[in-house]
Amino acid sequence: MCDDTTAAKDLTANGRESSNTGIEVTTMATNAAVLESTRPKAAVHTASKATPQPYMNSYLAGIGLGLVLLAAFVIMGRGLGASGAFSTLVSSGVAAIAPEHAAGNPFYSEYVGDGTTSPFKDWLVFEVIGVFLGGFLSGTLSGRVKWMVEKGPSITTRKRFYFAFLGGGLMGFGAKLARGCTSGQALTGGALLGAGSWAFMMCVFAGAYAFAYLMRRQWQ
Amino acid sequence: MTAPFFKFGYFSEDIGLVLAIVIGIGFGFFLEQAGFGSGRKLAAQFYFTDMTVLKVMFTAIVTAMLGVFWLGVAGVLDLSLVYVSPTYLWPQIAGGLVLGAGFVIGGYCPGTSCVAVSTGKADALVYLGGILAGIFVFGELFPAIEEFYISSAYGTLTLPEVFHLPYGVVVFAVVVMAIGAFAAAEWGERKMAQKKENKT
Repeated sequence: MCDDTTAAKDLTANGRESSNTGIEVTTMATNAAVLESTRPKAAVHTASKATPQPYMNSYLAGIGLGLVLLAAFVIMGRGLGASGAFSTLVSSGVAAIAPEHAAGNPFYSEYVGDGTTSPFKDWLVFEVIGVFLGGFLSGTLSGRVKWMVEKGPSITTRKRFYFAFLGGGLMGFGAKLARGCTSGQALTGGALLGAGSWAFMMCVFAGAYAFAYLMRRQWQ
Repeated sequence: MTAPFFKFGYFSEDIGLVLAIVIGIGFGFFLEQAGFGSGRKLAAQFYFTDMTVLKVMFTAIVTAMLGVFWLGVAGVLDLSLVYVSPTYLWPQIAGGLVLGAGFVIGGYCPGTSCVAVSTGKADALVYLGGILAGIFVFGELFPAIEEFYISSAYGTLTLPEVFHLPYGVVVFAVVVMAIGAFAAAEWGERKMAQKKENKT
């Protein structure tokens, strides 16, 4: 069974042997316990030696996020975003490899611009650089920076990567179709009571719940 | 009215880019603190075991919405100068559904994948590659889907306009809805925890 082999592999990776080939629940529990007990010794795997701290209270983190968004409104007159910066990256890449092709496509040419300024001299590009820095800062302070793969115990890393790429692809395509992602549409448009943004937000949850059952083995 | 500061010309575009990094750092910081650097935590939302996504998102929306509303009432912020993304109803519905599927399949959304990468999640790095590929596919198909992309355009349409209600009434309704959603989320998390306990 896929579950047991993955779990067994993880156990060997942690330098422990296990005779446990029992039912899935026990295997998972043992696996978690082994991971927990080897954590202090697993210095190779952790960038920071500090034990990971618990996450911030959800409502507190939400208020913090809301105040950052409010600051963007008050200071810049615009909200937050993420996918727009990646559009700039893709469009610039296409323009570098096939300039005529990019110029003839209104989607790319809008992000590339008229050539008077660099397309990377863009508010969202700088904001997303900040997001990387802020995430790293927070992770470092809380001892959560660690090279790892996020997945449930019942799926192999290779399969997880396939799904990550597929999910990212759908996300990129969907975000462009909707003119923004969870940051630009749901958060920003939601707070400004945009009608399309609220319709979008409901559909994001609907789409995710619709596919959750099919994806359960990846996460649970 | 003194805000938005940038629209009143209090600083140059270059200073705006520096502020973009500062605002981005704040954004990334709270995303990571909320636990959104973890794909498992994000995906758990869609199995009703951990409702953090809903709680953080709605708290953030309500906080910013109330801030914008009261600063507008106080005469500090000119809301008409804040950019509201125009509504293209059907493309946004279709995009939302595709994006939602991508969320549970991939485990992240674009912003959260950035903080996941910066805290060392290898799958998030693959996911970012997927985003770039998805945008490229969209770009290549753009001439074919442009007609749909610009269809059902309503301009900058807001919920108060849709429901013919005063802005403050809609703000109040969203707050009430959010409180109801938080109560449901807390109840659901307790139920799921009990169910898990009974199983083991």
